[in-house]
Order: sequence, then structure tokens, then C-alpha cells
Amino acid sequence: MRNRFDQELSALNNELIEMGALIERAIDDASRALLEKDPALARQAIGQGARVDEKEKQIERRCLRLLLQQQPVAADLRMISTALKMITDMERIGDQAEDISEIALRLIDDGCAGSLEHIPQMAWATVRMVTGAVDAFVARDLDRARAVIACDDIVDDLFNQVRDDIVRLIREDGADGEEAIDLVMVAKYFERIGDHATNIAEWVVFSITGEHGNERVI
Amino acid sequence: MKDKFQIEGLDLFYGDFQALKNVELSLGERAITAFIGPSGCGKSTLLKSLNRMNDLVEGCRITGRVLLDGEDVYGDMDVNLLRRRVGMVFQKPNPFPMSVYDNIAYGPRTHGVRSRARLDGIVEKSLRDAAIWEEVKDRLKKPALGLSGGQQQRLCIARALAVEPEVLLMDEPTSALDPISTSKIEDLVLELKKNYTIIIVTHNMQQATRISDETAFFLLGEVVEFGATEDLFSMPKDKRTEDYITGRFG
Repeated sequence: MRNRFDQELSALNNELIEMGALIERAIDDASRALLEKDPALARQAIGQGARVDEKEKQIERRCLRLLLQQQPVAADLRMISTALKMITDMERIGDQAEDISEIALRLIDDGCAGSLEHIPQMAWATVRMVTGAVDAFVARDLDRARAVIACDDIVDDLFNQVRDDIVRLIREDGADGEEAIDLVMVAKYFERIGDHATNIAEWVVFSITGEHGNERVI
Repeated sequence: MKDKFQIEGLDLFYGDFQALKNVELSLGERAITAFIGPSGCGKSTLLKSLNRMNDLVEGCRITGRVLLDGEDVYGDMDVNLLRRRVGMVFQKPNPFPMSVYDNIAYGPRTHGVRSRARLDGIVEKSLRDAAIWEEVKDRLKKPALGLSGGQQQRLCIARALAVEPEVLLMDEPTSALDPISTSKIEDLVLELKKNYTIIIVTHNMQQATRISDETAFFLLGEVVEFGATEDLFSMPKDKRTEDYITGRFG
């Protein structure tokens, strides 16, 4: 009876997975560009932004069309409204991955790309958070969504460690001021990516339970 | 919210067929309650049980209790008085083949109102309350059957209001109407809620979400789920409710 609607919801899931893969790739490319001092990789990561934006528009259009045509209720309503909320955070993650890549390019051009051990850890943790949040949505997996939310503290701790590392570098080695600021910015962008992944996971919890941040939304 | 109707352990049989099974419901006063469910689930049967319209069906047998303000409508209550207190609006507008004025005055006249001035007052008030006065005030003596479908349905609501009921039962009151007439009836129902208890059977689930305070979902003669409309349509507790409202069956 609702074959067409189910096909549309399945297509929506696939598009979210595709958008998730694009931003995971963008984060990964950005962090590798920085660590491997690879300008081509940084430019490639910057180039992903337009594709992320296009995917966001495509998903937005599908969600609005489904709201119009199907007037969804119950789990369908929560799923479509969650998708609409998720893509805003996913698009921001894409922007922040671009920002990291731009800083990476500058640092490479200046020949001073630093290698702080906690930054790759932040990159790895945030990629896992984004993957986990999107997978939790598709599989309607509450435990997985909650695990992503719990990871935010790890990323926040890593951010504090990067900051401490940089303060130590300045104090002990007299590190270049611009480079130090750029590295703090990179860490902050990763920390914000963690926040956005947490937002996504919180909306996934809503799509399953109807609760957002332990409060009943509707 | 005070309960207007309390339905306790209601079973209803048409001959050997059991149409309602152990229905337990409390329907709030001055609230709108929607009954939803697939065809043949018992929602209209329950609606008709509330003012004993099923008494007219041969072979219909009822056990359990239907309390109106605490009094069992299947006890000693006068059926005519019950139907005056609990009015009904049907799916298809059914004006009597007489003038607009006489349609509204019909009920009060049968209840003994003879004064022309008083009848004039009742007719105007009922038509105003049903949000149709402005459209018919210059054609009160014209045949009611000359009105549009939407106007006829509001006329029927006005006719029900003319005997000053406490409860309005509405059996799919907009299913035969166009979207504009449907919207007018929905606005009207929300307005009437201030003074009346309204129980509406509808197949239009968007309508139930738009206008009702509480919703009961029926399946095979049973109440599967009953609760606040917003809860039932956002986080239904029973999988059968979820499957029905999301169009997986029915």
C-alpha cells in the first residue's frame, strides 16, 4: 500500500549515507593534508564542499516533498524531521573540514606544518562520530547514537590537550605565533565537528524515542 | 478535564456478530474526541451507541454501561431526552425537504416551542453558532435542499444545535465535502468545543490531528489505543496503531 513511500524513505537513507561519506572523506582528507603536508589533498578536500552543499539541497528537497505529499505521522514524521535537522549539522561539518583544509594549505605554503600527536586523534575520533551518527540513524540504533554522544567528551578532552601542547610549544620552543594560532583553530574546528556529530546523534535519539535531550519534543 | 461519557465494559452484538468488545473509554467534557480505524472496526457503532441509535437496528444487543454525566443511558433514561442531550450529524448532509427556517425550527417545535418570536431567536442563534447565518439570513424561507453541500452540512449542525444539546456526535461529517467546506466545518467544530462535547468519527487522520484533543484507535471492535491526539500521532504505543496511521494497513 505504501510501497512508494517506503522507496522514498529508503532513497532518503541512501542519500544521508552518501552525504555522510562525503563529509567523512572531507574530514579525513583535511587531516591527512595537514599531517602529510600534501597541498593536493587539501585542495581536494576544499573541492568536496560544493558536493556536500548539493547533497544537502537534494535531501532537503526530498524531505519537503515527502512532508507535502505523504503528511507523515509517528515514526515517519520523526524520521523525516530528523533528516532535515541532521543535514544542517552535516553541512556545517563539511564547511569546517574545508576550513581545516584552507589552514592546512597556508601552513604548508609557509613550510611550517606542525605535527601534534593529538590532532590526528581528533580527526580519527570525529570521523568515527560522524559515521556512527549516520549509521545509527539508518539502523535506528539507539545504543550507537548514545555512544556517539558519549564520545563528545573525548573530543573535548583532546582539544584541551592540543591547546596544552601548543602552549608548551610556545613556552619551550618559542613556536611561531601564526602557526600556533592556526593549529589551535584546526583543533577548534575538530572540536566543533564533534559537537555537530553530537547534535546529529541527539536527533537520531529523537527519531527513535521522540525525546531530544531527555525532553519530549512532540 | 471532567468526563462527559464513561463507557464501561461495553459489548455490542449484531445477532451473532460481536461488533464491539469490552470497550472502556472516558470522553472528556467540552473536548473533541476522534474515533479512527479501518472500515468495520466498530467506531461508528460505538458512536451510535452513545445516543442509542443502535436501538433501531434489529438483532442489536448491548451489555456493559454507557454513563452520561454518571447516568446509564441504557438504564431508566428517557430516549427522547437522551437524543436531545446528545445530537448527531451524519456523513451526508440530510436537510429535511423544507425551508431553511423550518429545518432549524423542526426540533424545538417537536419539543413544544410554539412562540414565533422564540423560534425566530432559536433559528438565528443556531445558524449563527453554526457559522452559516450570514449566508442564509436572506433566504430563510427558501428550500434547504437548494444550498450547497457544505452549507447543507452546517445547516444540519445548526439543526442539531437548535435543541440545545450537550454533546454532538459527528459521523464523518466532512467526507462528502470539498476542502473549503471541510475547513469551515473544522473551524466550526473547534469553536463549538467551547460549549459542547464533540465526538467525531473520521477517516481523515490529518483532520483528527488538526481538531481533536484525544483520539481512540479501533480495530476489530476493540479500542487498541486511546490518548492525547498529539501523543497518539507522534509516538503511538501500540504497533498496530503505528501501522494503521502510517498507512501500512487499513
